[in-house]
Amino acid sequence: MTTLTLPTRRQEEWRYSDLDALAAIWPTPAPTRIDVAAGENARHHLLQDAGEGAAAVHDYAITIADEARLDFHVLNIGGKFGRVTFTVTLGKGAHFELNGAIIGGGDQVLEIITKVTHAEPDATSGQTIRSILGQRATGSYLGSINVARNAQRTDAFQSVKAMLLDRTATANAKPELEIYADDVKCAHGATVGELDKQALFYMASRGMDPATAKTLLLKAFVAGVFDDVADEAVKDRLEAAALAKLEALV
Amino acid sequence: MLTIENLTNEIDGKAILKGLSLSIKAGEIHAIMGPNGAGKSTLAYTLGGRPGYQVTGGRASFDGVNLFDLEPHERAAAGLFLGFQYPVEIPGVSNLQFLRESLNSQRKARGEEPLSGGEFIKLAKEKAGLLGLDMEMLKRPVNVGFSGGEKKRAEMVQMGILDPKLAILDETDSGLDIDALKIVGSGINAIMRKPDKAVLLITHYQRLLDYVKPDYVHVLAAGRIVKSGGPELALELEREGYAEVVAA
Repeated sequence: MTTLTLPTRRQEEWRYSDLDALAAIWPTPAPTRIDVAAGENARHHLLQDAGEGAAAVHDYAITIADEARLDFHVLNIGGKFGRVTFTVTLGKGAHFELNGAIIGGGDQVLEIITKVTHAEPDATSGQTIRSILGQRATGSYLGSINVARNAQRTDAFQSVKAMLLDRTATANAKPELEIYADDVKCAHGATVGELDKQALFYMASRGMDPATAKTLLLKAFVAGVFDDVADEAVKDRLEAAALAKLEALV
Repeated sequence: MLTIENLTNEIDGKAILKGLSLSIKAGEIHAIMGPNGAGKSTLAYTLGGRPGYQVTGGRASFDGVNLFDLEPHERAAAGLFLGFQYPVEIPGVSNLQFLRESLNSQRKARGEEPLSGGEFIKLAKEKAGLLGLDMEMLKRPVNVGFSGGEKKRAEMVQMGILDPKLAILDETDSGLDIDALKIVGSGINAIMRKPDKAVLLITHYQRLLDYVKPDYVHVLAAGRIVKSGGPELALELEREGYAEVVAA
């Protein structure tokens, strides 16, 4: 169901968004549906590289049936406002894996919002998000995991790390757990940091100019996000886009 | 090659070096010894250009260039190598990637062509062999999970690959057992004991100097060189202690 009223910042999931940019494209299209049938394995990816000044909202409504698996890779780097949301419902023994990176500069507002529901027992989910933010950019991850009463032996994690290149950049990380079952493993970690000054001096002392050193450290920071993209062409495209964005930032 | 005149500096407003002078010519190996807190590591970091190490007076001329006019990476490209007492760990960046980027950055700054992947690997193999370091170690992230001795050997492999004119080695002997000390000592000799190169060894102990024989030994205390001499000064220090020699 699509609501035609523009959201406000009072709504938690829009709290950090650029609502002016959103207004220009409102109402946004209906969510893209992905339904993974029982026992199937599926892979999807999204490169959000909208043009400068544009607003882009991508909503995914996903169901993963019993014993099925979905791997999703997302790179969120484009536009003035770039928002990617995932609403996921997991069947019995299903698995959802999200690997994402947000790289932003200028006045960009980039966000990844997830709502993962473990509706049945034995399902697992993993979310790994790495953000690099420079200048006045804002990068947000809002992730909620909901474990239903009968969803015993759920195993879920969220790993969120952000790197700020300038004091004026902002990172928001908000993992949220709502658990109604009693035999559950849920882990979440969130860190916000800066480039390691000792490492930068060590690299400079070996002759690396500052831009090369920073790029190398940032590549290392996001390395791994796209490691397990099965399609080599897709992997190359995501990695090249991430690197080009990084090089433009440092 | 390096002439330091009346160097003073401070860290967070606290004066550490208080008028240090030292001159090193090509072909020479100098050792600086001294008690804890004398300013030995500060001297190394100041020459390397570590942020926060504020030069407040004096000069350092490296091959006729004012060292303090250069950024840290430019000092490296000019031929300065700083061996760290505590080499820094860099997760996610392999030693090979780190060294190739470093070497090619230096070559670019000097207007030379970058080394190809094949040429670089050949060079890395040769220098790793010199220090008895397995090439597999160089595929691992920089210093991550390395023992104290492995870190120091990796530093010397870096020095071999970057091939500096002047190496300032800050307590390269700390954390080494006798066997590793021998390997590191002979590595320093093989790489740096040449007529067109020079070394400044910073150390607490005489034992490294058994393997890397210095031409000159200096005692640094309270931010100044208080005594200079030949290799026999190191033996005297070992025998009588800093307090005795500094007071004399």
